[in-house]
Amino acid sequence: MAKYLLLKHYRGAPAAVNDVPMDQWTPEELSAHVQYMRDFAARLEGTGEFVDSQALSPEGTFVRYDGEGRPPVTDGPFAETKDLIAGWMVIDVDSHERALELAAELSAAPGAGGEPIHEWLEGRPFLTEPPTITE
Amino acid sequence: MDEPLLRTLTPTVIGILVRRGACFATAEDAVQDALIEALRVWPDDPPRDPKGWLVTVAWRKFLDAARADTSRRHREALVGGEPVPGPGEEADDTLQLYFLCAHPSLTPASAVALTLRAVGGLTTRQIAQAYLVPEATMAQRISRAKRTVSSVRFGQPGDVATVLRVLYLVFNEGYSGDVDLAAEAIRLTRRLAARTRHEEVAGLLALMLLHHARRPARTGPGGRLVPLAEQDRGLWDTRLIREGVDVLQAALARDRLGEFQAQAAIAALHADARTAEETDWVQIVEWYDELVRLTGNPVARLNRAVAVGEADGPRAGLAALAELDPSLPRHTAAAAYLRERDGDLATAARLYAEAARSAQNLAERDHLTRQAARLNTGSR
Repeated sequence: MAKYLLLKHYRGAPAAVNDVPMDQWTPEELSAHVQYMRDFAARLEGTGEFVDSQALSPEGTFVRYDGEGRPPVTDGPFAETKDLIAGWMVIDVDSHERALELAAELSAAPGAGGEPIHEWLEGRPFLTEPPTITE
Repeated sequence: MDEPLLRTLTPTVIGILVRRGACFATAEDAVQDALIEALRVWPDDPPRDPKGWLVTVAWRKFLDAARADTSRRHREALVGGEPVPGPGEEADDTLQLYFLCAHPSLTPASAVALTLRAVGGLTTRQIAQAYLVPEATMAQRISRAKRTVSSVRFGQPGDVATVLRVLYLVFNEGYSGDVDLAAEAIRLTRRLAARTRHEEVAGLLALMLLHHARRPARTGPGGRLVPLAEQDRGLWDTRLIREGVDVLQAALARDRLGEFQAQAAIAALHADARTAEETDWVQIVEWYDELVRLTGNPVARLNRAVAVGEADGPRAGLAALAELDPSLPRHTAAAAYLRERDGDLATAARLYAEAARSAQNLAERDHLTRQAARLNTGSR
């Protein structure tokens, strides 16, 4: 099994096919979208492939160390930051192909007009523990 | 509380319930419930007859489940009377459970999970923790696996090779959790070896023992990977090595070579060298030739190329490597190592850094980055 992070972007991914911002959907379309995501997660739990799913606030703060005894320095948010993560799902699957298949299903979540968004998701494999036998 | 005993009894009790007429899936659930109850109750109130206790409690759980079952007919058939233990009761069904849980219709991950629960006697929570997934996900993975094998007749002859692949996965790709999966894999393989005279079962057991023996030397401070050549061989567990070598020799003497015996032979040759310099690389290359002949496995070819580099010099190793697909995992890492041995430090540093970027695990990535850094800073 291999774990994959499916990343959903607010910004930084190529434009979706059905690229209408959420605030312009009808309430029913929003509900249908949320329901699709819930059903998808529930189905993956049923197949034994679900690990985690989280959404992130778009507003973040950049923080860094500023030396002994000094408070951390904060900055941002930066409007020019290219990449902005909206959330993720972690799956545990048998193959790379299966990870792509599930990402594509997630990308088919309905959006404006009840049509699939065809949103670009980014799939990233987790680094694993080292195997015991290597020679 | 005697948790190892509890875990050893698990497959035996599942077998008893199946012989009393329960189907495998229901019996396995009932025994898991009894196991969880035992973990709760035994510490304060240890039973005088642990096996009898488990059978009684599991049977009760099974009847409860049958009563809750909507099928009335099914219920009446089963609750008609408490069956007395039959003559077949003492028969050992553990081997059958190994086969069922590693059935070829299961995906490797499902077979691993089911084996750990039904044969290993681990709880779903322990397995979930070991593989870093939520308990609900692991529970579903196991019930799906049980549905997949529901049409397989219990007692049908199975293939030892599929069981060995599952046990190898538990040992080799085990994650760390509350349960030591490497030790668990060894325990399950030992138990299998006690029930079959198959040479490859012995081969796998020897392989596990010989690698497990090196565990104390394999990681340094902060979990950093220590390569074989740099390991403190004084930390190797000589008792495990001796056992591994004995098990291997007995298997090899029967003259039915297989891939696990060949891999174990390579591990035994490493174990035999008091220092890295004393390693008998010529013999190791011969064993890799056997391994490649037996499996055709590209990873074995890659490891063979590295061994050739040790036996006949880095140029020979690089020539062997050049014949292989460069997209193989660890191909670039092997090339970096052989280049360094050949004195081409600039190329080696570049390749180590490149290999680090494509490493599939964190410890290996850190190790390769450190190699690149060592050469880069040393050459400045």
